Amino acid sequence: MSDLTKLTLAAARDALKKKEITSSELTGAYLKEMADGGALNAYVTPTVEKAEEMAKASDAKLQKGEGGALEGIPLGIKDLFCTKDVRTTAGSHILEGFEPPYESTVTANLWRDGAVMLGKLNNDEFAMGSSNETSFYGPVVNPWRRKGSDARLVPGGSSGGSSAAVAARLCLGATATDTGGSIRQPAAFTGTVGLKPTYGRCSRWGIVAFASSLDQAGPIARDVRDAAILLGSMAGHDEKDTTSVDRPVPDYEAALGQGIKGLSVGIPKEYRVEGMPKEIDDLWTRGIEWLKAAGATVKEVSLPHTKYALPTYYIVAPAECSSNLARYDGVRYGLRVEGRDVTEMYEKTRAEGFGAEVRRRVLMGTYVLSAGYYDAYYLKAQKVRTLIARDFAEAFSEVDVLLTPTAPSAAFAIGAKSDDPLSMYLNDVFTVTVNLAGLPGISVPAGLSAEGLPLGLQLIGRTFDEETLLRAAYAIEQAAGFTAEPEAWWRA
Amino acid sequence: MTTMVSDFEASMRKREPRAEDLIQGQTGDWEVILGLEVHAQITSKAKLFSGSSTKFGAEQNSQVSFVDAAMPGMLPVINRFCVEQAIRTGLGLKAKINLRSVFDRKNYFYPDLPQGYQISQYKHPIVGEGEIVLDMKDDRTVIVGVERLHLEQDAGKSLHDQHPAMSFVDLNRSGVALMEIVSKPDMRSADEAKAYVNKLRTILRYLGTCDGNMEEGSLRADVNVSVRKVGAPLGTRCEIKNVNSIRFIGLAIEHEARRQIEILEEGGKIDQETRLFDPKTGETRSMRSKEEAHDYRYFPDPDLLPLEFTQAWVDEIASSLPELPDDKKARLISEYGLTHYDATVLIGEGARADYFEAVAKGRDAKLAANWVTGELFGALNREGHSIEETPVTSKQLGELIDLISDGTISGRIAKDVFDSMYKTGRDPAKIVEEEGLQQVTDFGEIEAAIDAVIAANPDKVEQTKVKPQLAGWFVGQVMKSTSGKANPRVVNEILARKLGLSSDD
Amino acid sequence: MSVDQKTVRHIARLARIAVRDDELEALARELNGILDWVEQLGEVDATDVEPMTSAVAMAMKMREDVVTGTNLQREVTRNAPGAEDGFYVVPKVVE
Ligand SMILES: [Mg+2]
Ligand SMILES: [Zn+2]
Repeated sequence: MSDLTKLTLAAARDALKKKEITSSELTGAYLKEMADGGALNAYVTPTVEKAEEMAKASDAKLQKGEGGALEGIPLGIKDLFCTKDVRTTAGSHILEGFEPPYESTVTANLWRDGAVMLGKLNNDEFAMGSSNETSFYGPVVNPWRRKGSDARLVPGGSSGGSSAAVAARLCLGATATDTGGSIRQPAAFTGTVGLKPTYGRCSRWGIVAFASSLDQAGPIARDVRDAAILLGSMAGHDEKDTTSVDRPVPDYEAALGQGIKGLSVGIPKEYRVEGMPKEIDDLWTRGIEWLKAAGATVKEVSLPHTKYALPTYYIVAPAECSSNLARYDGVRYGLRVEGRDVTEMYEKTRAEGFGAEVRRRVLMGTYVLSAGYYDAYYLKAQKVRTLIARDFAEAFSEVDVLLTPTAPSAAFAIGAKSDDPLSMYLNDVFTVTVNLAGLPGISVPAGLSAEGLPLGLQLIGRTFDEETLLRAAYAIEQAAGFTAEPEAWWRA
Repeated sequence: MTTMVSDFEASMRKREPRAEDLIQGQTGDWEVILGLEVHAQITSKAKLFSGSSTKFGAEQNSQVSFVDAAMPGMLPVINRFCVEQAIRTGLGLKAKINLRSVFDRKNYFYPDLPQGYQISQYKHPIVGEGEIVLDMKDDRTVIVGVERLHLEQDAGKSLHDQHPAMSFVDLNRSGVALMEIVSKPDMRSADEAKAYVNKLRTILRYLGTCDGNMEEGSLRADVNVSVRKVGAPLGTRCEIKNVNSIRFIGLAIEHEARRQIEILEEGGKIDQETRLFDPKTGETRSMRSKEEAHDYRYFPDPDLLPLEFTQAWVDEIASSLPELPDDKKARLISEYGLTHYDATVLIGEGARADYFEAVAKGRDAKLAANWVTGELFGALNREGHSIEETPVTSKQLGELIDLISDGTISGRIAKDVFDSMYKTGRDPAKIVEEEGLQQVTDFGEIEAAIDAVIAANPDKVEQTKVKPQLAGWFVGQVMKSTSGKANPRVVNEILARKLGLSSDD
Repeated sequence: MSVDQKTVRHIARLARIAVRDDELEALARELNGILDWVEQLGEVDATDVEPMTSAVAMAMKMREDVVTGTNLQREVTRNAPGAEDGFYVVPKVVE
């Protein structure tokens, strides 16, 4: 590992501004890591030339003492973000050969601020998955391994390429998206920081849609400060997305130093689920102690509808996805499998273009919306969603943030759950509530499992109060002192 | 829009069947029940959810944004003006404006529907119940209920005749804003259905919310037809899709009603289905591809928040509403003393009524109405001109009427002057002067003409003394000898004196 | 509520996804597994609860009626598997 790739984003940014390093050097170092890291399958489309050009352009600006907040910083981009003239796959066969003639707002914001694109990162097909095993481009491999084992583990999902690439230093930070936990769970599985902002904080324009009312972009980064810096560039109102909020973007990095003295932290009792591994429970207890030690007050709160969150999610998300994915029909872009008539063309294209999990969810969503079932499933789920949001609103009338584990386990082996959709869905048990209520959440690495795998703690905040969330996350990070790194077995 | 049969029945206006509306079958008289769903393209520069142009007739796929082509990650942003136009139309239909409405997705696959769903309004439309008053030819008034008006996207266009095995798709129309205006099943004859579309189109044009151009597809009607024996419960209905002229609406209904009656009288039953009207054969036929039961899986579009606005905005729009056809008609009748018929003819187009008013202001309204609806509209119709294309301005026609009123020319001469005005666009005064058409009011001249006629026809003079009504013959002769220029009033006066008749009875 | 193979075929048809006969059983089993599990929402009394319409409370912004689009014919058709003359081309649609 080169010294350059040891730098955090904040440190690299400062070094670039001081002209101690150049973006070309930094970018070059990452391109080398990417070339060496093929075994992780984190990138589906490296954009080497583009990276070199962008780095050069950044250097010219930095040389003149100019440049934006991310000038010269090399990033990886989840392949759910449309990037102009660069193949965008969403991890699906059905987008075969698709080169968007436009740039997503979030990535455009990053380039506006001077960031450098290293390439497109693997993800579960259309972000449907919790292990990055549903990608048409193959599973991403977690850089972390269990102590004394060379079993290949999942990096979490759906932003598995992003989490693996940040953990293995194949990029300085990455974009990701989170519909039910797809930023936070992979961050927890790879010892990285994953921040899902409030729904509406980042524009969804140009991000391949999975479930519109739940999808939200955010960063996966090496530490809390880096996540704060990245969010500052990604966030902002976009008139092309009327669900994006029109309010100023705060200086998130500045919030970190404010400490958490007097902060009120809630511990939702319903998150102590049956069968939760002891080491997760212990980690949670440690987290509580750390926050107390940093001056916060801690109290138990109740979110009574928690147990209904996953079933609610697995009605709402498939319903929306069944409609959102109707546009992949072989007419205007992507894969087409010819048929005798247009209907057969549709059916063959979509059968071949979608993988098993996407097919399953599209069918599930079609079913719950179909005549006679709408009220029993979709309408009911949206009502329960209101109750879940109310639970949070009530809790936040008493406390400022909530602390929970991010995931019910550490990373598991590739293939371990791929035959059982339900056990896979249970991975999102702690994260999905946040999406249903539109709240911001962050996962911070907080320790290692007995097997030596990273574990994360999740903080949940009030809508648009990412600053408090980041302050608390920073306190956990300081207390946890998580410095472990995976062994770079993939280079061998 | 699908309504359950029970709702359909409940929403029906109670109407006594009229003998002249019934269709005679082999087994008795049948009543036709009609409801219409009209798709009206909103007059806007840009589409409902994108900034693409709505101009008609552009090159294929040249007015298609990434949103309209449903590229991945694209999102809809609503056009405020289209919302305003829907509100304006709702106000024009005296309908309830819903301050909160919701956009839903109607899911189905079709190559000209790029998203795989149409954004429409299902459970919560922007406009609720209203009504439209129909002025029938026989002076009857029929009130047709409006069930709702909602906003939705138009689809693109598939061309099937370019290639034997392929269809070509043009998305220029994809995403254009439509208002779907759903009537209650309140109409009972093809004439009423035609009058409904006509009146609705007039209202939309007054409001400026839709140009009503049926050839370009700006206005299309889906016609729901069912038949029943008088007093019997409602029959099963069929929906005839996308009929694009008022004449075709009439033909489609006539054919469809007879088709249904024939089936029922032969002991068959009607299948609820969607049908197409074929103008070539004058018949309706079943749409095969739509046989598969549709299940649109409506649900609120998660990309769009509920559509909410304030009553203040609605009030502001209401205050800018033009005078509507019904109000204008009432005013024309009360202010100008017009007949129902003349008023109805005039309000059919706002520009016609405006023209009339310009002519009638400060003049004999009845005379103005006769000249406008008789001479002018007659000439326009003969020449296939619209009121906007009239070669005779309202100012000129007014001047012509002034020339009649002040006795400069006679009504008969005025017709010739009008013909000349229509052909040349010249002012009437000029024509009269240059062609020497002024009425002769000179007593001496007229008296000389009368004396000549009397002298030449002593026998007629004698007869007239016995039978005064024969005086008209003398008037005609005098007019003839003066080429119609003699002032008839003066002629009558002198003639009466000369023939020894009393002129004042 | 239980999904049988006929229902799976019907849904697959609605969703325009070709399904082979030998896939039906497994698909029905998976869907039933998920449906049985979401069935627990039946326990929740949500009678007078408004369904959630947006994750964050705010008013929908509107756009002015201004044409911002330029001719993107090439851009919108360049990724199409079938395009000719600026049209998208698909197998014949039977009406
Ligand atoms: Mg209709
Ligand atoms: Zn419609």
